[in-house]
Amino acid sequence: MLTPSDERELAEAVAGAAGPLAVLGGGTRRVGHPVDGDDLTVAGLSGVTFYEPGALTLVARAGTPLAQVEAMLASEGQMLAFEPMDHRKLLGTSGEPTIGGTVAANASGPRRVRAGACRDFLLGVRFVDGCGRIIKNGGRVMKNVTGYDLVRLMAGSRGTLGVLSEVCLKVLPRPESTGVLLLVGLDVEVAVRAMSAALNSPYEVSGAAHVPVGLDGDPVTMIRLEGFEASVAYRVERLKDHLAEFGPAGIERRTEGPESAKAGWAWIRDVEAHGGTGEDVWRFSIPPRDAPALVESLGDASVVLDWGGGLVWAAVEQGRDARRSLSSGHATIMRADDETRNRLGVFQPEAEPLASFAEGLRRKFDPEGILNPGLMG
Amino acid sequence: MDMPAPSIDVLNRKSRIVERLRNALSAEHVKSDPVETRAYECDALTAYACQPLCVVLPGSTGEVGEVLRICSEERVPVVPRGSGTSLAGGALPTSDCVVLGVSRMSRILEVDYENRCIRVEAGRTNLSVTGAVEEDGFFYAPDPSSQLACAIAGNIAMNAGGAHCLKYGVTTNNLLGLTMVTMDGSVVEIGGAHMDASGYDWLGLVCGSEGQLGVVTEATLRILPRPEGARPMLIGFASPEVAGACVSDIIRAGVLPVAIEYMDRKVIEVVESFSQAGYPDCEALLIVEVEGSPAEIDDQLGVIGNIARGHDPVELREAGDADEAARIWLGRKSAFGAMGKLNDYICLDGTIPVSELPRVLQRIGALSRQYGLDVGNVFHAGDGNMHPLILFNANSSGELETCEALGAEILKLCVEAGGCLTGEHGVGIEKRDLMHVQFDPVDLEAQMNVKDVLDPAWLLNPAKVFPLSETATRRAAA
Ligand SMILES: Cc1cc2nc3c(=O)[nH]c(=O)nc-3n(C[C@H](O)[C@H](O)[C@H](O)COP(=O)(O)OP(=O)(O)OC[C@H]3O[C@@H](n4cnc5c(N)ncnc54)[C@H](O)[C@@H]3O)c2cc1C
Ligand SMILES: Cc1cc2nc3c(=O)[nH]c(=O)nc-3n(C[C@H](O)[C@H](O)[C@H](O)COP(=O)(O)OP(=O)(O)OC[C@H]3O[C@@H](n4cnc5c(N)ncnc54)[C@H](O)[C@@H]3O)c2cc1C
Repeated sequence: MLTPSDERELAEAVAGAAGPLAVLGGGTRRVGHPVDGDDLTVAGLSGVTFYEPGALTLVARAGTPLAQVEAMLASEGQMLAFEPMDHRKLLGTSGEPTIGGTVAANASGPRRVRAGACRDFLLGVRFVDGCGRIIKNGGRVMKNVTGYDLVRLMAGSRGTLGVLSEVCLKVLPRPESTGVLLLVGLDVEVAVRAMSAALNSPYEVSGAAHVPVGLDGDPVTMIRLEGFEASVAYRVERLKDHLAEFGPAGIERRTEGPESAKAGWAWIRDVEAHGGTGEDVWRFSIPPRDAPALVESLGDASVVLDWGGGLVWAAVEQGRDARRSLSSGHATIMRADDETRNRLGVFQPEAEPLASFAEGLRRKFDPEGILNPGLMG
Repeated sequence: MDMPAPSIDVLNRKSRIVERLRNALSAEHVKSDPVETRAYECDALTAYACQPLCVVLPGSTGEVGEVLRICSEERVPVVPRGSGTSLAGGALPTSDCVVLGVSRMSRILEVDYENRCIRVEAGRTNLSVTGAVEEDGFFYAPDPSSQLACAIAGNIAMNAGGAHCLKYGVTTNNLLGLTMVTMDGSVVEIGGAHMDASGYDWLGLVCGSEGQLGVVTEATLRILPRPEGARPMLIGFASPEVAGACVSDIIRAGVLPVAIEYMDRKVIEVVESFSQAGYPDCEALLIVEVEGSPAEIDDQLGVIGNIARGHDPVELREAGDADEAARIWLGRKSAFGAMGKLNDYICLDGTIPVSELPRVLQRIGALSRQYGLDVGNVFHAGDGNMHPLILFNANSSGELETCEALGAEILKLCVEAGGCLTGEHGVGIEKRDLMHVQFDPVDLEAQMNVKDVLDPAWLLNPAKVFPLSETATRRAAA
């Protein structure tokens, strides 16, 4: 296990590596194709190095625990707007998720439909490539088109092109109030139409999720509104009228201590419904309209729909190729045994010429093929 | 500004190259007569112009592929072009290049409200994308001031922004998919109506790559439901520093305006005489716009007004109706035109952390006096994207050079303040030779590595973005 404690040591560790490296943040997951190699953890590169609430920017070393970043932001009434999931319940892992791992996986939760994904809030990166070179891209300003955008390339590259040492993120004010509309008893097709109607309204919906089997056994559709207290109160009422054709909506609004609404969304975000079951878990990113057909094709799989239907988490029987049900978008295996992952491929196979380009990028950024080799193909 | 010497070999083969292109497209869409190609000799950075070898205007992705395959075989550089409104010289031709314009490809391919996106051909103008969906209450968010003219292709290549990006993000945040043709003629499909990429973030990589990785022919763009309403407030201040501090406080307070625009005295005066918007006589003003229902707007403007009052404003004016709102925006929207009436100008685009606004504005004032050229400041203050306009007289010998030298100093200042050379206009030729100020050689090498993968022969827009000295060997290998 390599445990550098600063960027320079990280660069030396990579430059001096004898063979492949498995890059870890908190090391809280083992998704992706199993990587055969020495563990390299960036947990030693920890700490928020810059935080300016008035400029909505925060810079942290890659190994900084996500929880530490979130607590610091909360103390100033701000947040990571892309709502990164905590996948420990889903994957049954323990440990401390890091900001670098979050960025490397482009992890984004329910608010993605309105605010954007992790990659949309990433302003700058510093990373070490496979040759041990320290490279920077982007910066700490909101708008930056100076040169190619390696910032977004690094987001979601899962440690296969470089090891992140530092990230700069745009943060947002934490909403004063949250309101949730609950529609009960809708089948998936109608639920997707209802979520679409909500997202297509001017009321700034910041979450739209559906679970066919809710806590008390019935389907429940959740639609979230956030902002200043008076504004949420107003929009919740308007949206309720707007969605009248989908049946009576319950309203949950917690202005002081939004704990209950928050817990519900954390449950969606972290896909707790699929935690601890013995099944394989697949993640589908699709055009929202295609969700009903996908769910139908998945048969008796248990599903959770987020992003208005654009994100479907399915728990299916072990070893099954759920990717067959996909007609557009892509599917990732989030939880399955090694045999299944190797046989079916964790990530959606890429079409040519993108597959060759991806290989070309890996050769350029990591000529020896030592950074998480094979993880992404 | 240096441009590489043209390839004599390519110039000698002009007639053969034009012939081959004419066989591939219909002859009328291959222009080689200097009278006809004149319109393509420059973009909006008009100080630099050069006639290309020829101009091709393909009508489909297939035709773009044909053109690129021929140009690849003939080893001819290609400069992609949308509407030619680049302020950075991104679409500037060289005499040995083929300009590939996508303006004929402007159809709407699909409007998809269920998935909240629209698929268009890339030559379509920015404003007409919104035009296709506004009757149904939707809009396409990135709104560069040039939106009437500029094309989605150019927006993607430059990762264009606009006044309302503070809330809605820039092009890269609103792009879901694209079709692109690489230099060897391969068609690449990236993304679609779904919300994130599998594999690497190719969309993010292509967006802002200034036409150097491939020619974009189609795009899937995110569309948003129009808010119930919007209303601006105008606040005048006694000094730029106070205006800058007010911006920071507004952002801090948790209100998220759609736009915070800044103008200084110089621009206010020029704009007043040009458009009589009725702006107050003051050192700096802000236009802050918020959205929502009438009650929500009142609420937010109330908060903003209170913050502003803490900064002793010279004037605080809330738009009472649509007409007053239009008047508040009128001056801002005519600012560039008005400054152009006054003199020639170059428009810089450096971006800085919002907290640095007061200090940087002061330094720009000092530099302006030192170089003896007037600078007007009008910009997107909410995200620190400055647009210093340096006024000069193009007919007075040496003034362009002085103006460029001053511009370089201002951009260095932006980088030193923790910012960057360009926030939305792109590097093009204009800032190419300043890239060293912001990046170390390894940083540039990493970026050029990407081009090596997608365009190994360095034929697409090769003389842009990177300092010529950095790219010499790569271009020579072509
Ligand atoms: C394939 C996959 C898909 C995922 N999809 C989602 C999702 O859609 N939504 C969601 O919310 N969460 C997702 N996650 C979970 C997400 O990774 C975790 O929420 C969080 O990022 C874990 O943090 P960690 O520090 O424990 O990272 P780890 O579990 O240690 O690492 C996560 C990934 O990032 C890489 N990595 C870690 N640190 C660095 C670094 N400094 N530089 C470069 N690479 C690094 C690792 O090699 C690994 O591939 C996904 C994870 C994986 C592996
Ligand atoms: C008055 C004025 C105001 C402006 N205001 C703003 C503003 O508010 N915000 C802003 O961001 N910009 C602004 N601009 C700059 C300019 O409008 C933008 O950069 C715009 O995105 C350029 O689009 P275009 O279609 O005109 O591109 P062009 O000028 O034709 O080309 C720009 C770049 O895109 C490349 N390109 C063109 N087509 C393709 C293609 N099909 N595939 C790949 N690459 C291609 C070109 O090679 C070039 O590098 C302004 C310009 C003017 C003149």
